[in-house]
Amino acid sequence: MSAPAGVAEAPPRAAAPVAGALREAGLAALVALGLFGPMVGLRTEPGAGGLMLVQRWPTVALLCAMVFVGRFGLVWARSHRFPAFLPALARAVPLALALALLFALMLPPLPTGETLLSAGGHDRALALLALFVVAGGVFLALGWGRAAPAVAVASTRSGRWEGSLRRFGRVLGPLLLALALLLPALPWVGRYTLDLGILVLTYVMLGWGLNIVVGLAGLLDLGYVAFYAVGAYSYALLSTSLGWSFWLCLPLAGIMAAFAGILLGFPVLRLRGDYLAIVTLGFGEIIRIVLLNWVSLTGGPNGIGGIPRPSFFGLSFSAGGGPGSFADFFGLEPSPTHRVVFLYYLILALALLTNWVTIRLRRQPLGRAWEALREDEIACRALGINVTTTKLTAFALGAMFGGFAGAFFATRQAFISPESFTFLESAIVLAIVVLGGLGSQIGVAIAAVVMIGGFEVFRDLAEWRMLVFGGAMVLIMVLRPRGIVASRTPTVALGKRRAISGELVGEGHG
Amino acid sequence: MIYGLIAVGYTMVYGIIGMINFAHGDVFMVGAFLALISILALGAGGIAAGPAALLLVLLLTVAFTALYGWTVERLAYRPLRGSFRLAPLISAIGMSIVLQNYVQIAQGARVKPLEPLVPGGITLLTEAGFAAQLSYMQMLIVAVTLGVLAVFTWLVTRTPLGRAMRACEQDRRMASLLGIDTDRTISLTFVIGAGLAAVAGMMYLLRYGVIDFYIGFLAGVKAFTAAVLGGIGSLPGAVLGGLLIGLIETFWSAYFSVQYKDVAAFSILVLTLVFLPTGLLGRAEVEKV
Repeated sequence: MSAPAGVAEAPPRAAAPVAGALREAGLAALVALGLFGPMVGLRTEPGAGGLMLVQRWPTVALLCAMVFVGRFGLVWARSHRFPAFLPALARAVPLALALALLFALMLPPLPTGETLLSAGGHDRALALLALFVVAGGVFLALGWGRAAPAVAVASTRSGRWEGSLRRFGRVLGPLLLALALLLPALPWVGRYTLDLGILVLTYVMLGWGLNIVVGLAGLLDLGYVAFYAVGAYSYALLSTSLGWSFWLCLPLAGIMAAFAGILLGFPVLRLRGDYLAIVTLGFGEIIRIVLLNWVSLTGGPNGIGGIPRPSFFGLSFSAGGGPGSFADFFGLEPSPTHRVVFLYYLILALALLTNWVTIRLRRQPLGRAWEALREDEIACRALGINVTTTKLTAFALGAMFGGFAGAFFATRQAFISPESFTFLESAIVLAIVVLGGLGSQIGVAIAAVVMIGGFEVFRDLAEWRMLVFGGAMVLIMVLRPRGIVASRTPTVALGKRRAISGELVGEGHG
Repeated sequence: MIYGLIAVGYTMVYGIIGMINFAHGDVFMVGAFLALISILALGAGGIAAGPAALLLVLLLTVAFTALYGWTVERLAYRPLRGSFRLAPLISAIGMSIVLQNYVQIAQGARVKPLEPLVPGGITLLTEAGFAAQLSYMQMLIVAVTLGVLAVFTWLVTRTPLGRAMRACEQDRRMASLLGIDTDRTISLTFVIGAGLAAVAGMMYLLRYGVIDFYIGFLAGVKAFTAAVLGGIGSLPGAVLGGLLIGLIETFWSAYFSVQYKDVAAFSILVLTLVFLPTGLLGRAEVEKV
């Protein structure tokens, strides 16, 4: 009940660990055979006169062997009293991955046509792999060595880890910020890296926005992309049909999205966690289907194109220079990079605004009410906190930042269509928040870099990366349910700061 | 009817462990694929269509899909028992993504068509060139659904396993104190739920003849709506809800617009949850502190 998964499952298997592990592994392999046999072994292919079956038994054998070895290793490691190994691994891998990806993104982009898997990228792939392994090893040793001496009570151990991470984070946060600020100035950073940076920052912002709803107020929202869509479409429609500028539309888009958030919030106020999740999911889908089918307003599946770009205090970023443009005013050589750099700083500023507002709010009564709500709704009511307004503000604020991000997305792409706002986007943003650690700002940023950077680096493996992504969600929940950087500490506390973990609060009725 | 079958799986799992099995729709999708594969495999093995072959396909599909249900529970949910509320839900979303992409990789992303196995039907009435036909396929689906539900109802109300399941539903800790292996019971619940989803998947395959790896998502949400509409935790309610959702969708498509059919389903979900949180046949849930 109270111990982490790795510990709870280890039965005393002192007698014959190897035999027991073998038996267990054999069983697992048998199950794997049942699972993979028909699904992987027989592939349906369209052939002459209907579907044909293609047999692929070697793959099945390989998969079963992998399951056998993996299960054996797991059971064996457990019986040798390495209970802290798995949680330590769960912390080390994402951190090392983040480090490797950061480096990968810093390096100059590969020549066009080359990927990490093609001949031209092998050296780099190997170097990154080496970095990943070394960094992972170091993190693993740190985390494991810290935890190994005693099978301590879970809460103190994770508390210590969090303490060290918080100290680490105090350095890491400004470091990352400085890196983000200086990124366009680095000599080898090209257009590609900047574009990627913009993408990552958009997700960081979305993650921080959702973090208010999920991480702070504890309301699971599976339809966050709806607000993103509302923001994007309000900017696109206002600017293309009324000709309003970006700076006028940005707050309007935020307000529209916040309004949508309140609209959604009202009916779902009474729902408990999992119902809420499904209803928000339904809401997100409704918005998408309406966008898809309301052709006269939104253009349906064709989307909206020709969305105006933002200007810098009235100076446009037109490619040809010309009077009244940014390049002309400052006497620079006209270059398309200017706009990219501008967009980069714009999203950075927006993301930092989100972060700043969140951090400030957390210390104020409203933020404290959110955190209390997350822990126990009934206690909240008993203490006289107005649950209705608290939930609604969380929804509205989260939605507003989603709307800002949406407006930015629309202006960056200059084209939007319902394709961009599927459930998968919601799932990705949610995964970023969850993997980063509910309620942790820096964790969300790290997770966004890992996920979006990872998506970019492994672009060639389109289907596999989603598989890994889903698997990672399950794995993190099982091994480290509070995310890489778990932050369940109340932001404001009387007396000593203590980590409140699941054992102390039972279950929060979110 | 198919929604009803999936909805029963949802309701059952929810009733017992109080958790929405988000991956249930994808288990249904896996069931449909396994049915397709077994039909093809049997066809290659020389066993052509016929009642016996269909029964065999049904058994194979149920068996293999149940294995999937068990594995999902074992890997993604059991370690999280006793964790905080959102953890299993998030893990379930992850599992749903995993299943979808796994099937996509293993079987390809293309839509799989299958010729109808049970052709023909009875013409009920003919009027001015339009024939109202009741195909054997529809009759088969209704018959199988009713049969499966009857077996299932018997299982829950009359057998020791059913009693254990109901005990877990009422109070898990008390049940385990009284000597019921709750982990095993929950596993079996998942296995049975997956079996029902497999039947639904096979029926879907036979009825529509085309499947792809993405059918689980929408079917899952609609089945959940059906379960909520009927009153979550109530088995007859789930069937009733499934029927209602199917009817509403059909009539909506006929009288309003096909495009907004899914919006109708989602709206029903929201409206039910807001105005009738216990559903049609559910009972009020008292929250204890």
